[in-house]
Amino acid sequence: MSSETGKILTTDGIPLEESLKQSEKKNKIKAFLLVAPLLLFLIITYMIPIGDMFSRSIDDKMVTNMLPKTYKAMENWDGKELPPEEVFEAFYLDYKILVKNKTAGKLQTQLNYEKNGFKSVLKKLARKQKKFEEGNYKEQIMKVHKRWRNVEYWRAIKRRAPSYTYSKYLKGIDMYSNEDGKIVQVSEDRRIHRILWIRTVEVAFFVTLFCFLMAYPIAHLLATLPMKYSNLLMICVLLPFWTSLLVRTASWMILLQQQGIVNDFFVWIGLVADDNRPEMMYNKTGTYVAMTQILLPFMVLPLYSVMKTISPSLMRAGKSLGATPAVAFFKVYFPLTIPGIGAGCLLVFILAIGYYITPALVGGASGTLISNQIAYHMKSTLDWSFASAMGLMLLTGVLVIYWIYNKLVGVDNIKLG
Amino acid sequence: MSKKEDFVKFDKVDKSYDGKVLVVKNLNLDIEEGEFVTMLGPSGSGKTTCLMMLAGFETPTNGEIYLDKNPISNIPPHKRGIGMVFQNYALFPHMTVFENLAFPLKVRKMSQVEIEKKVDKALSMVSLGGFANRMPGQLSGGQQQRVAVARALVFDPSVVLMDEPLGALDKNLRESMQYEIKHIHESIGVTVVYVTHDQGEALTMSNRIAVFNDGKVQQLSSPDKLYEEPVNSFVAEFIGENNTFGGEVSEISNGTCRVKLEKGEIIANPISVKSVGEKTTVSIRPERALINPKDKMDNNQKGKIEEVIYHGDHTRVRLNLLGNSEFILKVPNSSQNLDIKLGNEINIGWNSHDARALDPK
Repeated sequence: MSSETGKILTTDGIPLEESLKQSEKKNKIKAFLLVAPLLLFLIITYMIPIGDMFSRSIDDKMVTNMLPKTYKAMENWDGKELPPEEVFEAFYLDYKILVKNKTAGKLQTQLNYEKNGFKSVLKKLARKQKKFEEGNYKEQIMKVHKRWRNVEYWRAIKRRAPSYTYSKYLKGIDMYSNEDGKIVQVSEDRRIHRILWIRTVEVAFFVTLFCFLMAYPIAHLLATLPMKYSNLLMICVLLPFWTSLLVRTASWMILLQQQGIVNDFFVWIGLVADDNRPEMMYNKTGTYVAMTQILLPFMVLPLYSVMKTISPSLMRAGKSLGATPAVAFFKVYFPLTIPGIGAGCLLVFILAIGYYITPALVGGASGTLISNQIAYHMKSTLDWSFASAMGLMLLTGVLVIYWIYNKLVGVDNIKLG
Repeated sequence: MSKKEDFVKFDKVDKSYDGKVLVVKNLNLDIEEGEFVTMLGPSGSGKTTCLMMLAGFETPTNGEIYLDKNPISNIPPHKRGIGMVFQNYALFPHMTVFENLAFPLKVRKMSQVEIEKKVDKALSMVSLGGFANRMPGQLSGGQQQRVAVARALVFDPSVVLMDEPLGALDKNLRESMQYEIKHIHESIGVTVVYVTHDQGEALTMSNRIAVFNDGKVQQLSSPDKLYEEPVNSFVAEFIGENNTFGGEVSEISNGTCRVKLEKGEIIANPISVKSVGEKTTVSIRPERALINPKDKMDNNQKGKIEEVIYHGDHTRVRLNLLGNSEFILKVPNSSQNLDIKLGNEINIGWNSHDARALDPK
């Protein structure tokens, strides 16, 4: 409507929009108060941890805090030639405190990451600095070791000036930033993360595929069987849901191990020789089998809920119009189940990509996934910032998949129930 | 081309789902080519089952169905070439109207040009010319219904089955769709088998109506015969309104019989009574009983008016007559000077021919 027609007024002369706002206000407040506890809960348990993870993953304040005066003095240094006297003096003062507090070792380690051989130079300085006289620190420091005359070492210190770094993310994809500030790959024998990422995506993809292939007929049966049979089948689908994840994984270990039931059976029917039992566990096979079984309900349920809404008369209509059952299925039934397929696949894929317990227990060396690596850094190396960085990379990956899915299928088309 | 008399033939068809109860019992039905036959009956009377057997979604437990003289029990639905309009339309929701209509043509591998021509023709037949690119969800109930009809006809099937296709529409739309379907049937001459529980629908549209009850065809005849000459009390009750008296035959003689009631006596037309002493139900259509008849009628009774309901074009009068307090009269509003007031006693007369003595209820 154009503004010339004027605003619509209520009988009392108040603009309609305002009146509407007024009358809806109470309901809006009520509605907000109802969701407020959940919102608070989400913020506390979800947003804050993610924010914390993020800040931890890029946090690099340690060196910055150890050399406060140095970095202050370095602000005006362009890094082309050797720094001026003030920087030397500030570094001497900072380092003196560190040596006194016995925390110089941390700095030595950190700076050695930046420039190989820095550790010995710093150690020598720690010994010699006690005899330093006041004034002209530049000369005195350069006297301790000739490397102090090399501008590279000062640049290495300066590189650690920012309190934040993305080096952990680079490490997550087997890269690092070298002395010149260029981003390069780590040496070939140390590239482990990229293999893990690829394996994780591969396992998640195939688990999703297997789940889909197995769940589709089950869901179809569930949706079409008479009530009394479908209820029984539904319980069979849900039963694993009610069993502890650990128990289920453990039972797969019993089944799949080399002296396990499946292998015994294979030997018994003569499929394999007794002394040549295949390894079905502690490798990718074990991960595939166990994860597919465990994630199957997440595929069945969305498919079932969509199939339940498809009227059986549609298939009949297809057939009555002359389509063979196969054609009717692929042209009529299948397209209508796509929302369920999308929801199920997305659910299973996202769950699979971050799966931890099952690959940890049955995956062995070749079946572990990126989540196991994250757990390893959380528990063993205590490199929490690296674990956080990888966790966030995983989260970003999931969001990207969700975004692509939204572009391809449309999130409105997802039906979870 | 001469019309084939038994184009669709049900021959001694039985159907049971659980092996205990027969849903359809010994069904024999011949449908002529180009005919519009309606299967009418209350729910659970087996009419839809018959339709499903004809379509091929159910198999007869016994007997055989013939289509153009060929037994079809072993032919799968997609090879029968029978069009079907479903109760809830069963339009494919992920396809446009055009794609819905093109579906049967595509599976028959017709050329794109031919498909477009046929779809256009079918859409204009149901006056939905500009709707080809809509999705079914964007159409109203009546429009969806027309698309469903067009889809069932677009591939020129020999027989079209309609399973309560108008059940979900409101009254006005339902009536106009009835005429539309009737006109389409008349213009293309396809054989239609129509299932409904709405007798008005059946009377309006059909050439012949098969009244189903309890898995059996109770009567198969043209709408007027069905209404005027019901052969048993179920049909008389089911089709139209009906006044009934239960009694016993006391005398039968050349074309009439006397039926003794608890109070009084009626002279009636013996349809399904053969001998004296039989129990019977006498059925009289409300419009066959007249108030203060001028001509002499062989039944004349006095009744007391118990209720008067104004219906616009007519007035319904409920009388207490011969001990039946549910005796209904329909008085056209054009009739004057009748003393229809609550509590009045009036004279009612009807001919013995219109009082049909049928089987007891």
